[in-house]
Amino acid sequence: MNLMMLLEMASSGFGERVAVTSAGRSLSYAELLRASQQAKQAIQAAGVERVAMLDSSSLAVPIALFGSAWAGRPFAPLNYRLTADEVARLADQLAPALLISDAERADDLARLDGIEVVVRDQWIEATTASREAVIEPDWPMDPEDIAILLFTSGTTGAPKAAVLRHKHIVSYILGSVEFMGAAEQDAALMSVPPYHIAGMAAIASSVYAGRRIVQLPNFEAREWLSLAREEKVTNAFVVPTMLQRIIAELEKTLAPGETGDLGSVRAISYGGGKMPLPVIEKAMALFPTTDFTNAYGLTETSSTISVLTPDDHRAAAASDQPATRRRLVSVGRPLPSLEVQICDADGKPVAAGERGEICVRGEQVSGEYLGRGSLLSDDGWFATRDGGSLDDEGYLFVEGRIDDVIVRGGENLSPGEIEDVLLEHAAVADVAVVGVPDEQWGEGVAAAVVLKSGATAPAAALQQWVRDHLRSSRVPQRVEFWGELPYNETGKLLRRQVRAELAGD
Amino acid sequence: MAELKAGSRLKSAVCDTEVMVVMAPQGDVDITCGGAPMVELGAEVPPGQTLSDEAAEGTQIGKRYANEAADLELLCTKPGKGSFAAGGTALSVKGAKPLPSSD
Repeated sequence: MNLMMLLEMASSGFGERVAVTSAGRSLSYAELLRASQQAKQAIQAAGVERVAMLDSSSLAVPIALFGSAWAGRPFAPLNYRLTADEVARLADQLAPALLISDAERADDLARLDGIEVVVRDQWIEATTASREAVIEPDWPMDPEDIAILLFTSGTTGAPKAAVLRHKHIVSYILGSVEFMGAAEQDAALMSVPPYHIAGMAAIASSVYAGRRIVQLPNFEAREWLSLAREEKVTNAFVVPTMLQRIIAELEKTLAPGETGDLGSVRAISYGGGKMPLPVIEKAMALFPTTDFTNAYGLTETSSTISVLTPDDHRAAAASDQPATRRRLVSVGRPLPSLEVQICDADGKPVAAGERGEICVRGEQVSGEYLGRGSLLSDDGWFATRDGGSLDDEGYLFVEGRIDDVIVRGGENLSPGEIEDVLLEHAAVADVAVVGVPDEQWGEGVAAAVVLKSGATAPAAALQQWVRDHLRSSRVPQRVEFWGELPYNETGKLLRRQVRAELAGD
Repeated sequence: MAELKAGSRLKSAVCDTEVMVVMAPQGDVDITCGGAPMVELGAEVPPGQTLSDEAAEGTQIGKRYANEAADLELLCTKPGKGSFAAGGTALSVKGAKPLPSSD
């Protein structure tokens, strides 16, 4: 079992279709297969143990991913926003490695021990130059080989590398993607960076579905809209902040009450962070014909484990039953190829409706970090550290990281629940709720609020709003108004930073 | 045929079909394609075999084929003229699960 099998099938099933388009240049599946073979030879010739990349999206990404798989070497896409020191520490874990980078940083990186640097453009040229058509499918087939190493974002601690083996990725694809399920004109706009699990999963699933990937290296809403138009994009994956910005950009041109036009874009899937209810409601109202899919997953689960389908979205939005309507903020139902259960602190499953830790089991679940071994239980369950609940029809609600739970006087409070209520307030654009040290309660509730432009709301009014909708223990004792909240580049709220600032003075 | 392992690849001895084993039961299984035992990819094909008329419905790339007990599953990675059987019983195409694209 090897990722290469997906590309080999694509190449033999529909080799002339375009696999990927980047900055106006395209590669067909057959060309990507040939380039991957060249990449494999280059990796073998370098005699390295791993292949890393410190760069934004380009044709080099799929070539390096498949070339590494072919050579039987793990591929580690790194966050190109890391500082030189941070990169040096990661490189230390990866050496001896081939590192593909942009031209600007190549000289500095070449000084790192055990790192051989190739500049991205040269990598693309070298691997795509040959028209040699003889393909020897001689990749290793051990399903236990490591396909991808992804350093997790570290919003909760020091970065650690999640290990995704060939069996995990291939199982994920076989369990969730139909071979050649895409039509020839389908194209997916990819704007998440390669070091994000969604960026890696998108390559594997698009290749297997036969859906052309259109790369957007650095997300910017106007750029996203114009590339979608130019390339006749049909599908896109975005993180919630991206959708917010796309809406804001389109709204500039709309009269109040007018619906928007996303042109050829039929389907938008979103994930990678919590989608605020007002944003998805607005998106659905603005683009009534667009299919929205909410995908929930983790790096350690090879991407998606649960989806809220377009039909689920519409049924929830149209319902006057609170239990059904609430599903719009759920992440839908688990994939049929895996199991999800909610467990209490002792690891025992709880009843529907009760809260606990989200646990998942299935072929695509890795739950393993480099040098730390597997975190799976003896019977294969991975405890995600995400809190949540399942309703009586199996819809999964995610409440956020368990480590973010506020313990106030012995009562466990979920920041997500308080944030959801505050976001419903007409003046609130964005909010982060965290626990801060409190002499009386151990921890108290504090909120950093971003108001909508032109809107005003005194802290007391927001506190009253929470009191009216939740219990008094949930009322933030401290409310600060900020210009914006700190997010990382893939839209994850940096809670530690919010906590440090709110607890600071 | 010997014991099957998930992840291993087989080819037909009488047509172009190739598969990857997605799921395999414990113990020995006789897997045939086009009426002849399938062989490990890369192994010698025993000569003198021909496609059986009874097992010539064709295989489709990207389809998954499973047995009744649902403990054996093959992914067709290269299509051919034969059709699959395990222990003499034909395998059938596993229904695709329509999921929206999520990444």
